[in-house]
Amino acid sequence: MPAVTTTRSIVRDGIAVGIATGTYGVSFGAVSVSSGLDVWQTCALSLLVFTGASQFALVGVLGAGGTATFAALTGLLLGTRNLLYGLKVAPLVEWRGWRKVAAAHLLIDESTAMSVTRTSRAHARAGFLATGIAVFVLWNLATLAGALAGTALGDPRTYGLDAAVAAAFLGLLWPRLTARREQFAALAAAALALLLVPHSPAGVPVLAAGVVALGLALVGSRASAEADEKGTP
Amino acid sequence: MIWGAILGCAAGCYLLKLAGMSVPDRVLAHPVLRRTADLLPVVLLAALVAVQTFSTSGSDASGLRVDARLGGLAVAAVALVLRAPFIVVVVLAAVTAALLRLL
Repeated sequence: MPAVTTTRSIVRDGIAVGIATGTYGVSFGAVSVSSGLDVWQTCALSLLVFTGASQFALVGVLGAGGTATFAALTGLLLGTRNLLYGLKVAPLVEWRGWRKVAAAHLLIDESTAMSVTRTSRAHARAGFLATGIAVFVLWNLATLAGALAGTALGDPRTYGLDAAVAAAFLGLLWPRLTARREQFAALAAAALALLLVPHSPAGVPVLAAGVVALGLALVGSRASAEADEKGTP
Repeated sequence: MIWGAILGCAAGCYLLKLAGMSVPDRVLAHPVLRRTADLLPVVLLAALVAVQTFSTSGSDASGLRVDARLGGLAVAAVALVLRAPFIVVVVLAAVTAALLRLL
């Protein structure tokens, strides 16, 4: 990171983030075709959905035998965090009209992270666009490469690609397990999902466990928040 | 049906992004809503890890099974503790599970 932040250095950082994210794209492409999607469907996901966790979730639920509806719903719920990112980014970049409509597609974890720390509107816009475009291009190229490689490999079980899917979800979850509340919510959701697996159609355990664990965590965190308020005079 | 899931999810995810860039900040000022949005990815991803590691799918009735996938996941967790990059974590899990199946 150079001492002085310039548009050039912001663009360079954005491209670096794009290259790093491209490696996720290879994993996604391979995981997607091993879950039963074809190369076109895999590439369509990266082009049109363009938010990694939602894409992994959608192919994961389909691969486990879940219906299209449950797959889409799980992906959609994971996409809700982008709404929060939009709230943070919008006042910084101040785009209106067609610019906003176009920029919204690039709203993801990385473009948010590379724009919210900027001190001026010009730098926030440069960070958002450079990172968003770099990630979009490399994510889609990497998806295609991963999908072609995954197709060439054949039966996913031979190469442990089913374990790779679980590892991909764990890798996406890991940075979010910072606080006790998150760790509790994650354990509760995992346990509930496993309890539900033998008794419900594929796709249901993830959604149902997610919602129930969310409720538990919210009740728990409200109780602890009230206790904190009472504890401080 | 797969195309339906892809297009439905794409439309919904885009509208969520556009809504985020369009609605005023105070809409999500409510702390419960904000906590919900923060925790939703955590619970869904955790449930996906569990189901992907232990569930048996296919034509037979769905159930739970401990197999090479758990070994792959354990190695992935160790790699994450050691701050390995995402692609390394994923590849190590795949290689571990494949090797366990060769035994």
